[in-house]
Amino acid sequence: MDYNATTPLDPGVREVFIRALDEYANGSSMHEDGRKVAKDMYAAREHVAYLVNATPNEIIFTSGGSESNNTVFNTMVGAALTRTSHLKEAYGGRKTVITTSIEHPCVMESAKRLAGLGYDVHFLPVDSDGVVDIDRYRELLGRGARSGVVAEKPLLVSIMMANNEIGTIQDIALLARLAHEAGALFHTDAVQAVGKIPVDVESLGVDYLTMSCHKIYGPKGVGALYVRKGAPIEAFIRGGHQEAGLRAGTYNSPSIIAFGEAARLAKERLSEYERHTRALRNRLRDGFLSAIPDIRINGHPERVLPNTIDVSFPGAEGEAILLMLDILGVSVSTGSACASGSLEPSHVLMATGVGPELAHGSIRFSLGQFSTEEDIDYLIKEVPQVIKKLRGFSTVSSKESV
Amino acid sequence: MSEWLYSDVVKDHFMHPRNVLEADESTWPSDGRGMVGNIKCGDQMLILIRVKDGKIDDCRWKTYGCASALASTSILSEAIKGMKLEDAYILKPEDIVAKLGGLPANKIHCSVLGDKALRAAIDDYLGRNKLPPLKGLEKVEVICNCLNVTDRDIEEAYKAGDRTWEDLQARTKIGTACGGCKERTLELLHQLEHLYGE
Repeated sequence: MDYNATTPLDPGVREVFIRALDEYANGSSMHEDGRKVAKDMYAAREHVAYLVNATPNEIIFTSGGSESNNTVFNTMVGAALTRTSHLKEAYGGRKTVITTSIEHPCVMESAKRLAGLGYDVHFLPVDSDGVVDIDRYRELLGRGARSGVVAEKPLLVSIMMANNEIGTIQDIALLARLAHEAGALFHTDAVQAVGKIPVDVESLGVDYLTMSCHKIYGPKGVGALYVRKGAPIEAFIRGGHQEAGLRAGTYNSPSIIAFGEAARLAKERLSEYERHTRALRNRLRDGFLSAIPDIRINGHPERVLPNTIDVSFPGAEGEAILLMLDILGVSVSTGSACASGSLEPSHVLMATGVGPELAHGSIRFSLGQFSTEEDIDYLIKEVPQVIKKLRGFSTVSSKESV
Repeated sequence: MSEWLYSDVVKDHFMHPRNVLEADESTWPSDGRGMVGNIKCGDQMLILIRVKDGKIDDCRWKTYGCASALASTSILSEAIKGMKLEDAYILKPEDIVAKLGGLPANKIHCSVLGDKALRAAIDDYLGRNKLPPLKGLEKVEVICNCLNVTDRDIEEAYKAGDRTWEDLQARTKIGTACGGCKERTLELLHQLEHLYGE
């Protein structure tokens, strides 16, 4: 029930991964063993590209989503951004970066780093469903054109495709089009979207797109960045010819090859995955709504990942719910501060304006290809009792109020 | 489950808390009532006590909070029965943590509110009965209510080298939830500078 955190290895991927572990040759070597690994990696690159409708040479393999996201932000301060006269004309002098208040911490922190380097960074607000404020977005995009100040023109927009906590899906095609009309580059962190809903870089019209392997039933420690042909990109890890000089370091060939298989299966199974998880999600939602009084389903009611449901249980605290479910053998995540090691409740839920009590009392259930109806029915049976018990201990009434 | 986040004692008190007030407050007439904490910070605690011959005869409680908040109130509620008010008044978070078999460091300040709630309940009892207050006896003042950081914690942090608000935040997490205690903390730092020089 915590598939958005990570997924188990698919048995088919596992098989490919284990076989690839024995192909120990360096994928950069010229000898036969090396060439075999290089060939398998190229096939993997094709599968990953095909998953998002890109071409293989638009895919850079990285160590995962965080590295992919960091690479994009790092490009904004690198020489590659203005390497040619065309690029210099397009992006030189622009200092405005737009992202949202619900991004993954690696995007948030990368954006803050740019702010520290003198860039004007904006975190777009979202509405109560977690959808970015489009009016504010248009206003920010147009600011430089209105003032005529180049620095106020947008350089980069980075907006996640689907949110990891509440599952809300943004209209990336529209957001990217608006960014391009204002002359900005557009990046989307699609780590939670890929393999769950159709992701097509052509129809989305993005310049950069981040993917991760361990969210689609592959191994951890490998991911990819799609870079549209012609979009500027700066190596984040330097000192090697790998990935056309854009990502140094000996190829993590077993993981890359396994990523290819995971991508191939994800593409093949996409419509079945969507149908399966959405049916389970709706069953869980309806079961909770009828069995537990005073709850709130967070995120957009329709534009939401098929596998993700985030629920606030006012009167009960998230870490306590999580640990009681843990004892019952169910793994979930919470937006409560108590579980995060930080002291702030979920920045995503706080950005949607639900208030601290609903954020502290939130639980994310994320389903996957191995989830079953029996799993859902077990939750519908057990969760109401856990909530009733914790509300019974609580000083807070169960009414939805703060 | 092979690995659990907390000690077995915490787990036991979390799953089977003792002396919880099952129903409404009116169902359990008490001699003293104390409520502390803030939902904004994720924890809130209510303690009701009955007093007999200067000792705590019985108690009930309610808590909104995480597993360690629930467990720490539960274990406190067992420990204070039969305890003299004077002794109960000076219980420290560390005493409760010790009974729980330890807690992760980041949990101690934020989840152990029981001593404060108990003190508030005793204050209430003494006030209702026009008895002389015990205030001051505890020798600590809570500065940050969200994270339960006391003046004694700040003094210790000062002695360990902290000189600024940011230093203190890094060590004690003070003021990292609502931040309402910053002014009072800076005042204290100023006093400590006088006390210890520098």
